[in-house]
Amino acid sequence: MAVADENTDPPDEIRNDDVGQDVRLELYRLQVEIRDCGKRAHDLFLQNLVKGTCHLSIGQEAIAAGMAVAMQAGDKSFCTYRGHAHTLARGVPMEGVLGELMGRDIGLMRGKGGSMHLTSVQHGVMGSYAIIGAHLPIACGAAWRAQYLGDDDVSVCFFGDGTTNIGAFHEALNFAAVWKLPVVFVCENNHYMEYTPIGDVTAVEAPAADRASAYGLERVCIDGNDADVVFRTARDAFQKARKGGGPSLIECVTYRHCGHSRADPATYRPEGELEAWLERDPIKLYRARLAEFGIDDDAIVAIEAESSRKVDAATEACKASPPAPDALLSADVYADGDWSWRN
Amino acid sequence: MAELSYREAVARAIAQEMARDDNVVFLGEDVAKPGGVFKTTVGLYDQFGPTRVRDTPISEQAILGAAMGAAMTGLRPIAEIMFADFAAVCFDYIANQFPKLRYMTNGQLSCPLVVRTGNGGGARFGAQHSQSIENWTMMIPGLKVVAPSSPQDVIGLMAAAVRDDNPVIFHEHKALYAAKSDVPEGEIVDQLGTAKVLKEGDDATLLALALMVPRALEAAEVLFSEHGIDCEVIDVRSLVPLDTATILSSVAKTGRLFTVEENPRLCGWGAEIASIVADEAFWDLDGPIVRITTPHIPLPAADHLEDLALPNLTRIVDRIARATDGAG
Repeated sequence: MAVADENTDPPDEIRNDDVGQDVRLELYRLQVEIRDCGKRAHDLFLQNLVKGTCHLSIGQEAIAAGMAVAMQAGDKSFCTYRGHAHTLARGVPMEGVLGELMGRDIGLMRGKGGSMHLTSVQHGVMGSYAIIGAHLPIACGAAWRAQYLGDDDVSVCFFGDGTTNIGAFHEALNFAAVWKLPVVFVCENNHYMEYTPIGDVTAVEAPAADRASAYGLERVCIDGNDADVVFRTARDAFQKARKGGGPSLIECVTYRHCGHSRADPATYRPEGELEAWLERDPIKLYRARLAEFGIDDDAIVAIEAESSRKVDAATEACKASPPAPDALLSADVYADGDWSWRN
Repeated sequence: MAELSYREAVARAIAQEMARDDNVVFLGEDVAKPGGVFKTTVGLYDQFGPTRVRDTPISEQAILGAAMGAAMTGLRPIAEIMFADFAAVCFDYIANQFPKLRYMTNGQLSCPLVVRTGNGGGARFGAQHSQSIENWTMMIPGLKVVAPSSPQDVIGLMAAAVRDDNPVIFHEHKALYAAKSDVPEGEIVDQLGTAKVLKEGDDATLLALALMVPRALEAAEVLFSEHGIDCEVIDVRSLVPLDTATILSSVAKTGRLFTVEENPRLCGWGAEIASIVADEAFWDLDGPIVRITTPHIPLPAADHLEDLALPNLTRIVDRIARATDGAG
């Protein structure tokens, strides 16, 4: 099992506070909202209001929050099918996400994409990709455009530990390194590729970080359950990319509290493993962190209450939304908005 | 007018579009400093420099993925996949990524890029470097698919492809790279989705694509001089969009339809056209629709075997003569 280079609660780093109260509150707010929205998606699935599939990030919220808070407007997020957290973290309203999962007209893509393809270009969410590894080269292309035009945005590409064993991962890492592209690859190592422990199918201990040297990149393996650590690491990597320093590969060690998808009860986990990780729940850790920094309990409770209110309001808005009109079926196959393939 | 080879036309087409639009960039294996393994991109690196004309590693997924990421954020990339057969190692982008981006995002993103491939047989390269894959690409909603047969069409259709806001798969034919013909000076821009009637005739319609176009034209001459059959020859040029209007109106005139296809038989491009004509112009037909294709086999390397596999002049002429005589 991969172990983070930097463990939670490094006392010196905490005392040396370069994060600041505003950022901390924002990190907490995002984690809570992502968690609440994920739990609501699960509930709606059990009510048969979310169809198809649904991949939750419960337990992995610190990564989405830490990365997104370190981003600038204009930075581009490329997500996987487990992309709800990263989409919400960029400021996409909950009803856009839940509505898409429910196939309603209010959804981000009005139901045409579904749970695995959340996209909101206006928020910098450049798509969620459901073919493992596909979006790493795509993120390279967006970074190439920034490099070519002299734009200072960074492309941030999220993926799981399972992705490190597919060819596109290795092609993209080499390509990004050779072209010195402003792209940051973020591996969320939640210890399972779908149902199989990643260690059973990977030649190295840290599936991403231990491959970094093959591409001339620094080994970075961090505690993905500590939003402060994620935020600091992201901030440094983005700055490096913006300055023309090329790509980074960051492995965030974390744990998925749920199964791979809604169909998976995760019975393959050894006894006690989940319980041990629940002790290291990122939100629980961060709530204690806020208290340690003397942040008033009222502010924390207010964030939690507001999150509940938001998720309830979004749920109601989605339930009230009609399905997309039939005409949408054949719209936007081609760039003229139509589907015509012949005259 | 100046005589230009099909391979020179590729470089001229790309140069025409890169000179016009700074957002056009070009990437592929051995395309920049070496000028392409088929010498199709000679001079582009010198003219446009290392930031616009870029050599890549042997990483077809990275090439197409990077082209897509650049396209969806504002550039108009041209990507080379050296041999069309290599599309199989990056088919995720061709089948899953480019063509579904716009639809899945409800129109938020587009994918204006061109993938050039060295398509087709005749060069004795064997089964993994000779295939005609136009039918692989034709069946995917969201792509446009083009296969020019002449230097002038290479330029005109490439310009149209680069300017199009959709992903376009541009099948160049390897066996045509040396073919030369006169090409007008100055900018050339054609239109996707248009077939071209290359020879008019009253007795039979012959549809052909890429390398099969010169063969169909040659067959038409023999059929007329030796069998008195007056064929209309149409270069389909664009499989998606498909110019069914030109095809249907020709069939209405001749009453007979033949397709000359290099792709292997099953689900070849002619099958779809045969289906459309049977559906919509059945009562115009005076006889069965006949498809002349490569058999449903992998391609062999040896010259005499490969020549046997691809539709050749003798086979085309015999098949059409037999069918029009009422014997086939």
